[in-house]
Amino acid sequence: MKTIFRLALVAALVFSFGQAGAAQMLNGAGATFPYPVYSAWAYDYNKVTGVQLNYQSIGSGGGVKQITARTVDFGASDDPMKPEDQAKEKLLQFPAVIGGVVPVANLENVKPGQLKLDADTLCKIFLGDIKKWSDARVTKLNAGLKLPDGEITVVYRSDGSGTTAIFTNYLAETCPAWKEKVGAGKAVKFPVGIGGKGNEGVANYVKRTANSIGYVEFAYAKQNKLDYTQLKNKAGNFVEPGFASFEDAAETGDFDAKKGFYLWLTNAPGKQSWPIAGATFILLAREKTDTNKQTVKFFDWAFNNGDNKAKELVYVPLPKSLKDKVRAYWKASGIQ
Amino acid sequence: MAITLKRKNPVDLVFSFITALASVTVIIFIIGIIYVLISESSLAIEKFGIVKFLSSTEWNPVKEDFGALTNIYGTVLTTFLSLLFAIPVAIGIAIFVTEIAPNFLKGPIGVAIELLAAIPSIIYGMWGLFTLSPIMSSYVEPFLKKITSGIPLVNILFQGMPMGIDILTASVILSIMIIPFTASIARDSFNLTPDVVKESAYSVGATQWEVVKNVILPYSKLGVFGGVVLSLGRALGETMAVAFVLGNNHRITMSLLDAAATITVTLANEFAEADNDVYLSSLFYLALVLFVMSFITLAIAKFFLLKAERKYSR
Repeated sequence: MKTIFRLALVAALVFSFGQAGAAQMLNGAGATFPYPVYSAWAYDYNKVTGVQLNYQSIGSGGGVKQITARTVDFGASDDPMKPEDQAKEKLLQFPAVIGGVVPVANLENVKPGQLKLDADTLCKIFLGDIKKWSDARVTKLNAGLKLPDGEITVVYRSDGSGTTAIFTNYLAETCPAWKEKVGAGKAVKFPVGIGGKGNEGVANYVKRTANSIGYVEFAYAKQNKLDYTQLKNKAGNFVEPGFASFEDAAETGDFDAKKGFYLWLTNAPGKQSWPIAGATFILLAREKTDTNKQTVKFFDWAFNNGDNKAKELVYVPLPKSLKDKVRAYWKASGIQ
Repeated sequence: MAITLKRKNPVDLVFSFITALASVTVIIFIIGIIYVLISESSLAIEKFGIVKFLSSTEWNPVKEDFGALTNIYGTVLTTFLSLLFAIPVAIGIAIFVTEIAPNFLKGPIGVAIELLAAIPSIIYGMWGLFTLSPIMSSYVEPFLKKITSGIPLVNILFQGMPMGIDILTASVILSIMIIPFTASIARDSFNLTPDVVKESAYSVGATQWEVVKNVILPYSKLGVFGGVVLSLGRALGETMAVAFVLGNNHRITMSLLDAAATITVTLANEFAEADNDVYLSSLFYLALVLFVMSFITLAIAKFFLLKAERKYSR
């Protein structure tokens, strides 16, 4: 009997703490890609303000579903939501951090950053149209490199992912044949190649297979020192993936607050822009003004204090011009 | 109900009520699962029908056109191959443990088999990706390609680049996973052979091989078969071990060195980010197909096991 009493006491205590903490808690769910940076920000924010942010990385699709059903305070998604859908579900949307996709290859005697590709060759390789690295369309771009004669193995992401969405949107935008035959989305029917599970699966297959090419998230490529390629951007320059080229893309991309920042950040017009970039977004329920103010306070704090932390984790913080646009959007929506 | 006919004291009544409740929950769960699978997949059933869904090789989320055949093909092929590799090894183990091994070896081998069964499947998957797959791509598959290259028809099975991410590697992983199931059921069935029969065979001068071939195997074949079908059920549903090494490709190929997809792998890969209704519904439909397939195999297994039991208890 005594034990039961003790248990009841402990349970009562735990529940009362749960009740007390509820007011100081923000719940979010969604994309897996920004999870590390959100939780790092949340950790620091908690130390400063005592507010706890609980973020569950259940995937972008899940994030959209949860915020649409109003079960969380904010949703997160790598997919920009269309303005008409935002209006229909009564949601607000703004970008939080920038990421991007980097083609990685495994070629003998070719160092990271040496191989140059443009949208057309990348598209033809992934369509299975260019079958060998020695194809004239590839060698034309890489005059100084000795490319092997071997057959190209294409590696793609087999699980539905924002990475694939950004990559296929880029191909669909720049290459009509891709748009017609394959299309864009989180999971598409790739005409050739093998599918790896997650960034780590793709990276593993590429590392293992000679003459292969795949695509991974920028952070993943950088942390694992994969052999990334250069790409020709819209302005006609060959650029390397890096903080500068991603920031340039974010700065020159046409983010419009009126559309709730709906934009695929692919093929940005800037001179130094990396062409396959994308923002990851936060979704808020329009009517929940009070919790939205709390959420916005967190992201405003992160915009002011979180850039270094983000860069440490290889995320690209929003450029200042874009942050200002987002802040103006908060004000206009009456949540800051 | 029979239990209420007998006069029982109140404690027994409560007790039997609780146990009955516990059993009923299982049935409720099964009905609930079937209900959810059917109701969630109704959109896809309406759109694609049954025959078209089962026979279409298309799996295209962008065009919202889905068919199950590539997934069914991958599932059936990996399961079949893994059984092909696992059954001889498992029966060998069972014979060794029951008939040939000295007593002091029986314990350790039995424990080792059971440990194999206790390893979580995700670990098999990681081991497959990082250890087995490089071995397959640099040694086993080139070797198989070389010896089959001159043989017509057979060489089709080993066409393409040996990458270690393919049907063959996935089947090998699966077979390692199901060996303990088949082996332990086969061992139990072999042990059911009455000692009297075995001893009489030995006493008339039969060799060990003859006893196994002519006495033990005929005696226990139904039990072994049941064990095989149970492992088949396990192989059908295996996800994580296969997801890492199968290459996840919705295509039907003849070569065992090509990537493929199974139903469970497709579900695990694509469920979290399936963002439109038809897509999600088709995934549920696929789950329903797998449910029916597993149900049928398990029903067959149960049938044979029951038949075997009846035969031995006579």
